[in-house]
Amino acid sequence: MEKYIYINDRPVLWEDETNILDLTRKAHIDIPTFCYHSDLSLYGACRLCMVEVEGRGLVTSCSTAPFEGMKIKTHTAQILKLRKTIVEMLLANHDQECPKCSRANDCKLRDVSNRLGIDKVRFRKTREPKPMDLGSECLVRDPNKCVLCGDCVRFCSEIQGIGAIDFAARGQNVNVAAAYGKSLAQVDCINCGQCAAVCPTGAIVVRSHIPQAWEAIHDPQKTVVAQVAPAVRVALGEMFGLPASDLTTGKMIAAMRMIGFDQVYDTAFAADLTVIEEANEFIARKANGEKLPIFTSCCPAWVKYAEQSYPKLLNNLSSCRSPQQIFGAIAKERLPKQLKVEQKDLVVVSIMPCTAKKYECKRPEFIHDGIADVDIALTTQELGRMIKEAGIDFDSLEPESMDLPMGFATGAGMIFGNSGGVSEAVLRYAADKFNIPVQENIVLQEVRGESGLREATLADGNLKMAVVHGLKNAQILCDKILAGEADYDIVEVMACPGGCTGGAGQPIVMNHSKRKARTTSLYHADKTMPMHRAQDNPFIGELYEALLEKPNSHKAHELLHTAFKHRKRIDDDELSFSGSGDEDRCKIRVCVGTSCYLRGSQDILAKTLQMVEEHAWGKHFDISATFCSEKCDKGPNVSIGDRVIHKATLDQVKDIISQEAEKRVK
Amino acid sequence: MSAEYAAAHSFNKVIEILDRYDRSESKIIPILQAVQEEYRYLPQEVLTFIATSLRISPARLYGVATFYSHFSLEPKGKHILKMCDGTACHVRGSSAVIDALRDKLKLTTKKITTDDMMFTFETVSCLGACGLAPVLVVDENIYGQVSPEQALGLVNDIIEKEKQNA
Ligand code: SF4
Ligand code: SF4
Ligand code: FES
Ligand code: FES
Repeated sequence: MEKYIYINDRPVLWEDETNILDLTRKAHIDIPTFCYHSDLSLYGACRLCMVEVEGRGLVTSCSTAPFEGMKIKTHTAQILKLRKTIVEMLLANHDQECPKCSRANDCKLRDVSNRLGIDKVRFRKTREPKPMDLGSECLVRDPNKCVLCGDCVRFCSEIQGIGAIDFAARGQNVNVAAAYGKSLAQVDCINCGQCAAVCPTGAIVVRSHIPQAWEAIHDPQKTVVAQVAPAVRVALGEMFGLPASDLTTGKMIAAMRMIGFDQVYDTAFAADLTVIEEANEFIARKANGEKLPIFTSCCPAWVKYAEQSYPKLLNNLSSCRSPQQIFGAIAKERLPKQLKVEQKDLVVVSIMPCTAKKYECKRPEFIHDGIADVDIALTTQELGRMIKEAGIDFDSLEPESMDLPMGFATGAGMIFGNSGGVSEAVLRYAADKFNIPVQENIVLQEVRGESGLREATLADGNLKMAVVHGLKNAQILCDKILAGEADYDIVEVMACPGGCTGGAGQPIVMNHSKRKARTTSLYHADKTMPMHRAQDNPFIGELYEALLEKPNSHKAHELLHTAFKHRKRIDDDELSFSGSGDEDRCKIRVCVGTSCYLRGSQDILAKTLQMVEEHAWGKHFDISATFCSEKCDKGPNVSIGDRVIHKATLDQVKDIISQEAEKRVK
Repeated sequence: MSAEYAAAHSFNKVIEILDRYDRSESKIIPILQAVQEEYRYLPQEVLTFIATSLRISPARLYGVATFYSHFSLEPKGKHILKMCDGTACHVRGSSAVIDALRDKLKLTTKKITTDDMMFTFETVSCLGACGLAPVLVVDENIYGQVSPEQALGLVNDIIEKEKQNA
C-alpha cells in the first residue's frame, strides 16, 4: 500500500526516502542546508534544515526519519525566525569580504542569507580572527569564513580516507585544522581539492595562478602554449550558463586564442602517448612475470597518497608520467625548434580539471635547471574566470580547432577524463595482444559506471582489471591486494569521484546529475572522433619515429617516465631520547614509521634503549626514533653510526651496539 | 635516573601504554591521559607516533587532544598552579590572586609557563569547590580561601625547596 506524509498539509508519496529533507525536496521545497551532503555521513550540526513535526516540535529534517502520516510544516513563523537567527550568527563571525572572494558566485552562505532576506546582523563577533593557511600550492584556507559544517572534514576522511583535516579545539575556538595547526602543505593532504568543492563558503578555495598566467601572456618575450585536459571541455560551459552536457571545445579554443595563448594543444594527445607507454610497460611486466597488478599513475593525488601510505606498492605503480607532465616534457623538448623560440621563453600552461596538478607540476623531478616542464597549472574555473575577465562573450563565439601536431588526439586519450577511461584506453591498445575480439572502438561496459569499485575479467580470465575512484575505495582495494585477498593485472585509481570530470578544479556542482552529464558527454566525444585507439594517432607515430624510437625506449624513459619515493605523512622532527651531548656520540636512528613499525621496529627501539641504559652507555650514544627513513620495503631500518641496517633484527642491532660501545668505552 | 634515560623511559612507557589499551581507537582518551602523565604534555612527535599506532589520522588525534582542555600540547612546568576563576571564586577575589601570581612569575594569559620550565599557571572555570572560594591548586594540593600573600608564599616555598635540591 502506498504511504504518504503531509508537508504543509499536502500529501507526498513516501517511497524509499530515509529522511524528511529528501521528502521536502520531492515536494518542491528547497530547505536550506549547510551540513547535509548525500554522499557523506549525517552530521546534523548546522540546524538550518529545521522543520516542525506535529506532536514532536522542531527537528532537523536531514536526520529525522519519516513515518506514515507524519505532518510537517516547513515555514512557520518560528522556523523562519530561527533560520534567520542561525544565519545571522554565522554572518557575525564570518569575514564578510564577499566581493573579494572567489566563491562569491556560488557561495551557499551568501545565497541563503539572500534568500532569507537578511539585511542586518544583530549579533557581535565572538570569535577571534585566525590566520589563513597560505602554504599549499593548491589550496588556500581561510578559517574566518568557515561555518563549521564539517563537509570538508567528512569528505576527506569518508571518501578519500585521508583525514588530513579535522575539528580542533572546542567552544568559541573550534576550527577546522590540519594536524598540529600546520599548513596543508606539511601534512598528509593529497591536494585533491574535494574539501574546497564541498565547502559551502570560501573557507577553502583553490589557489589561483591567474596572475602568473596573465603575466606570461603579457610578456612580449614569451611564447605561451596551452594544453587542455579532456574533462575541461565538458564542464567549462557550465560557467557560462550552458548545460553540463555541452561539449564546448570549439568555443573554448577560440576564447583561449582571444585571451592570448599562442598555441592551443590537447592533453589528450599526451594521454594517447601515456596509453602506449603504459600498455607496453604492462605487457612487458606480464610477459616477464614481474610484479602485478600495475597501478595507473596519472592521478597526482593518488600518487602522493601511495607514496605516503603504500610504500610496498610503489613498485607496482606504472612509471609513466601523467599526461600533463608528458605533454610538458615533449613540449619543452620539441616546441622551441618548431615554434622558433628559445626554451627559456617558452611557457607551458595547462588547463586542468584538477587542483593536484598544481602540486604535480612543482615536483622537483619535473623541473630541470630551473626550467619546469609545465610552468603554470590552471583549473577549468580559472580559465573560465580569465575568459570573463577579458570580457569575452563565450556563448556567441565561433568554434575553432586545436593546433597540430599536439592538438590531435584519439578517443582513447579523450576518455582519460572519466573514471574507467584509462583502463578502457589501455585495453583498446592491448586487445590484439590478448586476442580479445573487439571492434576498433571497443566499449568496455564493465569499467564504465558510477560504482566505487568496478571489475572486469577478459581474455578467458587472463586479464583482470579493477577501477576505483575515491581513495577510500583505493585503500580498501590496496589492503586486500597486500593481504593476498584480491589479485588483478591492472588497477586504475582516480582520487576524485567520477574521475577527472569530477575534479575539484571544475565548476562547483551541487548535484550528481551534472557530473554524470559530463561523463556521458566525454564518452560521446570519443564516439564522434575519427579514431579511438591511441596507436592509430598518426602524430604519435611520427613522434616515435622522430624522437622516441619505440615504446619504453631509453629516450622514452627519459622524457615520459618517472620514479616514486616514499614520503612522510607529516613534516616532523625526530623523536630524540638523548639530551644534548658530545658531537661525536654514536648516532642510533630507529625508524618507527608505519611500515617499519609493522615489522617490529618498536620492539627493537625499546630493547635498544633498555640495553644502553643497563650498561650506562648513555654518554656514548645518541638515540632517536625517526618516522620514516623512506626505505620502507627494506624495514625495519636502523642506522648505527655510518651503518644502515635494513631488515634489522634485534640481535643484529644489539651486536653492533656492543661493538660500538666497546670501541668507545676504551 | 639521568636526563637522557628519562626520554627513553617515557617512550618505552608510551609503547607499554599503547599495548595496555590494545592500540584501540576507542581508548584514545585514557591513552592520551596516560601519555600526558608521563610527559606532562603531549609532544607532537609522540602524538604522530600514537596516531600511526592507532591507525587514525594525526589530524583526528590532534582534534581529540585539543578538544579537552585537560590535554596540553605545550610543555608544562614542573609545578602546576591552577587558580579557579569560576563565578564564586571570581566574586570572592580570585582576580587579585591571579594578578599577583602572574606578576610574580612574569606570565600572562597567553604565556603560561615560566622560561625555566619551573611553573605553569592556568586559570580554570570551576573546580567544584565553590564553598572554599577562592581556590588555588598547587600540584596535587588544594588551598581554599587563598589571599594573594598566601599564594605568593606557596610559590616562594617551592622556589626555596627547588634551590636546595639543585
Ligand atoms: S585537498 Fe583532499 S586530501 Fe587535502 S584536505 Fe582537502 S579533501 Fe583532504
Ligand atoms: S571549511 Fe567549509 S566545508 Fe569545512 S567546515 Fe568550514 S565551511 Fe564547512
Ligand atoms: S542540514 Fe540538517 S542540520 Fe545541517
Ligand atoms: S616506515 Fe618507511 S622506512 Fe620505516
